[in-house]
Amino acid sequence: MHQIACHECDLIHDIPDMPGRAAAVCVRCGCILFRAKTDSINRTLAWTCAGLVLYVVAVTFPFLAMKNGPIGNETGLLTGIELLYRQGIISLAALVLLTCIVIPLIQMLGLLYIFIPLKLNVRTRYAAPVFRLFRHIKPWSMMEIYMLGILVSIVKLAKMATIVPGLAVFAFSLLIFVLNFALSSVDEHMVWEKLEETP
Amino acid sequence: MNPAHSSARRLGLISCHDCHLLSRAPDLATGETAYCSRCGEELHQRKPNSVARTWALVLAAMVCYVPANVLPMTITTALGSAQSDTIMSGVIYFIHSGSFAIAAVIFTASVFVPFLKFAILIYLLLTVQFKSTRRPKDRTRLYRFTEAIGRWSMLDIYVVTILVALVKLGFIAEIDAGPAAFYFAAVVVITMFAAESFDPRLIWDVVEDKDE
Repeated sequence: MHQIACHECDLIHDIPDMPGRAAAVCVRCGCILFRAKTDSINRTLAWTCAGLVLYVVAVTFPFLAMKNGPIGNETGLLTGIELLYRQGIISLAALVLLTCIVIPLIQMLGLLYIFIPLKLNVRTRYAAPVFRLFRHIKPWSMMEIYMLGILVSIVKLAKMATIVPGLAVFAFSLLIFVLNFALSSVDEHMVWEKLEETP
Repeated sequence: MNPAHSSARRLGLISCHDCHLLSRAPDLATGETAYCSRCGEELHQRKPNSVARTWALVLAAMVCYVPANVLPMTITTALGSAQSDTIMSGVIYFIHSGSFAIAAVIFTASVFVPFLKFAILIYLLLTVQFKSTRRPKDRTRLYRFTEAIGRWSMLDIYVVTILVALVKLGFIAEIDAGPAAFYFAAVVVITMFAAESFDPRLIWDVVEDKDE
């Protein structure tokens, strides 16, 4: 049993210890106060490790190839960013690099940094600031939107040439799901309580 | 309202933005800041200068919205002739080629969503400033909705990046990002910050103060 204020309307609630997979909802504004998670530490670690493997494949392997008769052109996930950078549109290149490549990586490394010590029951320095950073960058991880962008591009170029998806596209789309599973198995309340115990 | 249900503000408590720990609101001299004892984040009863900051960001984004829609987003060079496309001409191209679903997706993400965000945020700011007590629950819901949809406007930026990558490098045609891409990215980033700087608890503060 603990007290929590709704973060959207500030109403105080007494939250009882809840059974697994239940969600507490604010009685006044209806926003979700928090969700109880089962086996949060193990599940988060498992999904995150799977995500890192997929991430390496997505960044290194060929992403999309374009074929028009004998002429072909193969690109990686980073090619577009590199070309934007070379065209001198550095701010745009940086934005795409951050939202699709750097921030998902920071999210996964951050999860490992927080959850491995929790699993081993040891204390680490800077765990609280790292977890805060992890929470703040969440809306800036936009891989699913990039995926929709690929779909639109394929339709747009369909008349000019054939687009052949590479291995990295499959890894990338799987990564979107895996990272989401990792994020949704994080029990924030549990993490803060554990971090408080081991200051 | 049920006396058992009171807001943290009325009880003299501050809920941490990050870890949601409740702390007693400290008496601070000017220039002093309180920090959460659990996670170390600065403690504020409400997001600081929420209304002014959100107004500033919304207005800045609206200024960028104009060149984002008027200037060309992509410049296609094929066999020596160049063609500029704005966001809307891209949508029209998809309608003509029969891909209505894709046209709808691009129109929604690039034109309609930013517009909707401006409208909702301005409505929320005005109702808070004029101390409206109408339908606070629905207004909170509107806020949650704006927060969720904003990121999808990035779609067009990604499409440009992918097109540039695919069509470049030894192909007959070449696609370059146009000046609108920069302004459009600015609209998306600034409106995301605007939604984040608005504090939905302000809606409920007005309702509580009127109850007294």
